[in-house]
Amino acid sequence: MSATEQQITSIPTGTWSVDPVHSNVGFAVKHNTVMTFQGSFGEFSGKLADGRLEGTAKVASVEVDDENLAGHLQTPDFFDAEQFPELRFVSSTIERDNDRISIAGELTIKGTTAPVELAGTISGPVTDGYGGERIGIDLQTTINRNDYSVSWNADLPGGGVTLADDVVITANLELVQA
Amino acid sequence: MQILGISGSLRAGSHNSDLLQAAAAAAPDGVDLVLYDGLKEIPPYDADDDIPGDQPLVVQQFKEALDAADAILIATPEYNSSIPGVLKNALDWASRPLVDSPVRNKPVAVLSSSTGMFGGVWAAAETRKVLGALGARTLEDTVAVAKADERLEDGVDAALLAELRAVVDALAAAVAAREATLAA
Repeated sequence: MSATEQQITSIPTGTWSVDPVHSNVGFAVKHNTVMTFQGSFGEFSGKLADGRLEGTAKVASVEVDDENLAGHLQTPDFFDAEQFPELRFVSSTIERDNDRISIAGELTIKGTTAPVELAGTISGPVTDGYGGERIGIDLQTTINRNDYSVSWNADLPGGGVTLADDVVITANLELVQA
Repeated sequence: MQILGISGSLRAGSHNSDLLQAAAAAAPDGVDLVLYDGLKEIPPYDADDDIPGDQPLVVQQFKEALDAADAILIATPEYNSSIPGVLKNALDWASRPLVDSPVRNKPVAVLSSSTGMFGGVWAAAETRKVLGALGARTLEDTVAVAKADERLEDGVDAALLAELRAVVDALAAAVAAREATLAA
């Protein structure tokens, strides 16, 4: 870092709401041991306010390319949408080092809350075409789905299992200042 | 509270039907366990006959019986280490279409019995697997009766009756928990 550059560690102040059209919340898990399968949630919301990031996603809005799979994901085998209709994240600490950001917090899936650490990047603010102030936050973490009792699996004929335990969760968030 | 009992065995002297009859007799006040007796009439699943809104009448009646029940108690024998074809066939019909299945989110427990040494535990496990795919709230509570021809020769003994009652109680508790969640 040169003498003229200044390290940015501050988190944007004020209230910033997630723009769902230009954001994505998804997951990826190794399938049949060979391929990474991805899905996402169509309905979610979130905000960054007073240095705290929180958000929810509707289990019923899960988007995958097969309706039977989408249906199965709603059931007690997976997310159990009837009893636990939302996923939730609430941050406890946010640390920033220029465009790098680390967020610790608690993730709730299927009624179980466990600590997670998300890492990624932050960019902006920038003024959009309508005069609004926007920032971007890309986050990723890896959880063990068994920690949340999302434990369905099936043996493969030649050994191994259909679904890996580790699931990568991503949140690509564009937030607009309130 | 109504529980629909389904025996995976069709024969008149079925040990699994005996278990369900005993469970019905042991059910506490307020829990009505009724046995479904139409399994033999359900046709083989054929996607060509699976017409939305116009499934075979006996299938519609089966699904209505499932829908009317608060919980389901299945008792299965084990054929070739697995679930009997007639039971799997009925569950396949009940799964169509999956998002509207009357089994979805419904508490289900699985009993098993066989004349062998293991009491049909593989068939029970595979039945639970199928129920999971249908979206049922499948309980781990179970009773597996080995050497059923000997064990049930003089009827259901007191120890077995208590085990059956415990499964019925678990189903009733799961129904109550589900209703409480939905009411919240």
